[in-house]
Amino acid sequence: MNTTPAYLIFFAALFTNNILLSNFLGMCHWLACTRSMLSATGLGLAMTIVTGLTTILNYLIYYHVLVPLGLEYLTFLMFIAVIAAFVQLTEMIVERFSPKLYYALGIFLPLMVVNCTIMGAALFMVVRHYAFMQTVGWGFGAGGGWMLSAVLMAALRKKAGYCNPPKAFAGAGLVMIIAGFMAMAFMGFAGMVAIE
Amino acid sequence: MSNNISPVAGMTHCGACDGKGMKTFKDGVLLNNPIFAQVLGICSALAVTSKLETSLVMGIGYVVVLSLSTFVVSLIRKTIPHRIRIITQVLVVCVFVILLDQLLKAFFWNISRELGPYVGLIITNTLTLGRTEGFSIQNKPLLSLIDGSGNGLGYALVLAIIGTIRELLGTGKILGHVILSAHFYTPNQLMVLAPGAFFGLGILIAILNFTVLKPQEAKK
Repeated sequence: MNTTPAYLIFFAALFTNNILLSNFLGMCHWLACTRSMLSATGLGLAMTIVTGLTTILNYLIYYHVLVPLGLEYLTFLMFIAVIAAFVQLTEMIVERFSPKLYYALGIFLPLMVVNCTIMGAALFMVVRHYAFMQTVGWGFGAGGGWMLSAVLMAALRKKAGYCNPPKAFAGAGLVMIIAGFMAMAFMGFAGMVAIE
Repeated sequence: MSNNISPVAGMTHCGACDGKGMKTFKDGVLLNNPIFAQVLGICSALAVTSKLETSLVMGIGYVVVLSLSTFVVSLIRKTIPHRIRIITQVLVVCVFVILLDQLLKAFFWNISRELGPYVGLIITNTLTLGRTEGFSIQNKPLLSLIDGSGNGLGYALVLAIIGTIRELLGTGKILGHVILSAHFYTPNQLMVLAPGAFFGLGILIAILNFTVLKPQEAKK
């Protein structure tokens, strides 16, 4: 049983075990949406909410439906179904309340179904045997961690736009190198708290 | 292969692969490589490649899952309602990933534990959806199978390359055998950790841009 307090897991998920910079989850969307600050912030917010809530929902389904019935092998199927339904809901809400953001995000919003962060957060929750409150901290921490790194990266890429990198590095190569430095910087937090 | 030429479709679609099999396969492996050209499926490419062994298992598993998923999605492409096509594709992939996961758990328990949640994350690998949505939904089953296996192989190849580089520089070993002895090479732990993965892939992309893409642009 994992005994780390929930608030520590939340901070660890934000800094030391940032889901993007230490587990590489959600890279594809991250590479594409950090081209502009608006889409990075918007998608980040949506990610935080969706990751947090789906992880909690998946916790309830996993421990109160799948495990008692001995259906653990259906985990992937259940998790992806919950995530798909939830993303659809988010899409409808964003379209209704902020059409501007809806069009800025475009295809990324429905594609959140295949965002590794959301699925990965749920799977890590199972692998690490989190209890309910820990799951709450972990889910929102993971989503928030993704948003934190996306917003930072969007700002850095804006600055990088004024630089003149070698031609071979233009595009994905440069972003990868910047991400490497960010990951190194975030490793500096490692002494504070560690979760496994 | 080409025994089902219908007179109507014969003008544009002759034969099971339209004679495009070889080109589709080559595109997937090299020219339109999933990681270097399409920049899709980066998550697993970075996460499982700290060792060559896990990279290889992941690569082989991925080829099988992607080939079968593209094939099945293409088989049922005309019966999938347009509005729910994405979730249908994800569910098809999901079935094969569950099979792969159960197989790994049954026969390769240690590797399965090391890969952890990353086997399940094949479902949300953007490359999988990219191929089913971008190719199989419009093409015939056999050609989709070729496209799927080509892209899968291209992906597995890059995984193996990154895995080799990271394990060699990070620990001085390949598949657990010592290649660079500690006498003249101090293993650089950074390569096994997260930043090494980013640097490694970034530099690989840059090298490929420099050697492959630049001459192509010069030709134009």
